[in-house]
Amino acid sequence: MRFMMLMYPGTKGETGAMPDEKAIAAMMKYNEELANAGILLGADGLQPSAKGARIRSNGGKRSVSDGPFTETKEVLGGYWMLQVKTKEEAVEWAKRCPLGDDEMLELRQVFEMGDFGPEIAKQEGALVDKIGKRLEENNKKSASS
Amino acid sequence: MAEADAHRAIIAVWKIESARLIAGLARIVRDVGLAEELAQDALVAALERWPESGVPENPGAWLMATAKHRAIDELRRRKRLERKHEELGHDMEVRAEGAAPDLEAAIDDDVGDDLLRLVFTACHPVLPPDARVALTLRLLGGLTTDEIARAFVVPEATISQRIVRAKRALADAGVPFEVPRGPELATRLSSVLEVVYLVFNEGYSATAGDDWMRPALCEDALRLGRILATLMPDEPEVHGLVALMEIQASRAHARLGTGGEPVLLFEQNRVLWDHVLIRRGLAALERAEALGGALGPYALQAAIAACHARARTAEQTDWTRIAALYAGLSQLTGSPIVELNRAVAVSMAFGPEAGLAIADAVAEDGDLEGYHLLPTVRGDLLAKLGRFDEARAELERAASLTRNARERELLLARAEDAKSRGLHEHREKSP
Repeated sequence: MRFMMLMYPGTKGETGAMPDEKAIAAMMKYNEELANAGILLGADGLQPSAKGARIRSNGGKRSVSDGPFTETKEVLGGYWMLQVKTKEEAVEWAKRCPLGDDEMLELRQVFEMGDFGPEIAKQEGALVDKIGKRLEENNKKSASS
Repeated sequence: MAEADAHRAIIAVWKIESARLIAGLARIVRDVGLAEELAQDALVAALERWPESGVPENPGAWLMATAKHRAIDELRRRKRLERKHEELGHDMEVRAEGAAPDLEAAIDDDVGDDLLRLVFTACHPVLPPDARVALTLRLLGGLTTDEIARAFVVPEATISQRIVRAKRALADAGVPFEVPRGPELATRLSSVLEVVYLVFNEGYSATAGDDWMRPALCEDALRLGRILATLMPDEPEVHGLVALMEIQASRAHARLGTGGEPVLLFEQNRVLWDHVLIRRGLAALERAEALGGALGPYALQAAIAACHARARTAEQTDWTRIAALYAGLSQLTGSPIVELNRAVAVSMAFGPEAGLAIADAVAEDGDLEGYHLLPTVRGDLLAKLGRFDEARAELERAASLTRNARERELLLARAEDAKSRGLHEHREKSP
């Protein structure tokens, strides 16, 4: 299963100031640990909301409001995409993230095809596309010979 | 924290830490089986204490410290036993005294090397392939015996016996806890990659009604592959295998229709392909190629998978390139099944006649006698060439050879189609 790990850096994420060297090093080390464990699918840090915009729809009419957004506590600062076996595993990894006092992590499970229908989920992985299958059989053949 | 929650949290910690724990312990006790027992003891201790005390701030370090104490106790106990048996035990005594501080230092060394040693030990060729698979999932994947048994649809006792025997075989053969060097590395590495790909295929071929542990094997294999790629960043075939698995896994959701029926590659809704995995797969393939490994067996298979992944529609598929890649793979493996795939690719790139010539050559060699995909491919190519009577005979033969009822149905329908097109043609031609 996949979890998106969202970072809410609090007010300081909006200043645009780069974190200090020590914090960067700690975060790099953390990301490396995620990658070494084979669970990191992707990650990005986000620039201050002043460089972004929010789009809403009201009665079919779109309105665009440029950043910065006012409720800075709720502004996203970055995200990771993790592939883990259980929610507890995601929580355990999140607890290891170097986190400042004002910062918060949020874990959200990602919808996957298997979540859309139990029958499909059960049978998912049941069949192999033609070329893939022949290759696999070949692989097994050559492995056993 | 409720006890059940605490247990789940501890199991999550175990999943994260167990491989490093076992690897570190194996280096000091020089016995993978004993190392695993010690790690398990530490887990039991955690299960006893953490529900009350809470999960410690650094659970990995706690587990390691606990296991380390037990390792040292165990080694001292062994030394005492040895001393009792040894008549000239002075030398032994000196070594036993010196053991403890060395161990403390040794266990804190770089864990990456230890993990790699553990990988090569679990996949050692003295073990039969099924034992390598079970031991790898157990020691490196952090799976329980029960989970492995469910994934492979065998009784739990079978797996635990397999693991016990494997550990004993490693000890009996005196397999050293080390990464092979020199010319041995290549063959040993291919054994490791084979184990990972076996796990992946087992998950990929899971069928309807299977326990969810089966398809989950794909994720276990992917994780093992990605870990290997960080441990051996300079080995192109490791990246080739990772690329192959990422790209194959990217199609998992598109392989079944809404009614659970199979959807062939060319008919899949490519929007359902997982583009995160495709991007990762293509990046891994690039690394394999940059390391000079474009012609390795996994990299070649990954490159073929990548041709499909890059095509936004089936019509955009670069068949010329796929045909060339199959030629490379065929040369490398000498496999008639690869040759048959090449026949299909060549027919798509250069027309059915060129493809049929290759398929005919495969048929003449006779290696694929009784393999239903040979007459399937020949039947399709013959139909494309307007040789409907021959096509029908081949497709009917294919139908009689397949063991899959649904596939037989499809083949018979295609045979019928060839027959009616043949009749139609005869009528057109007759005056």
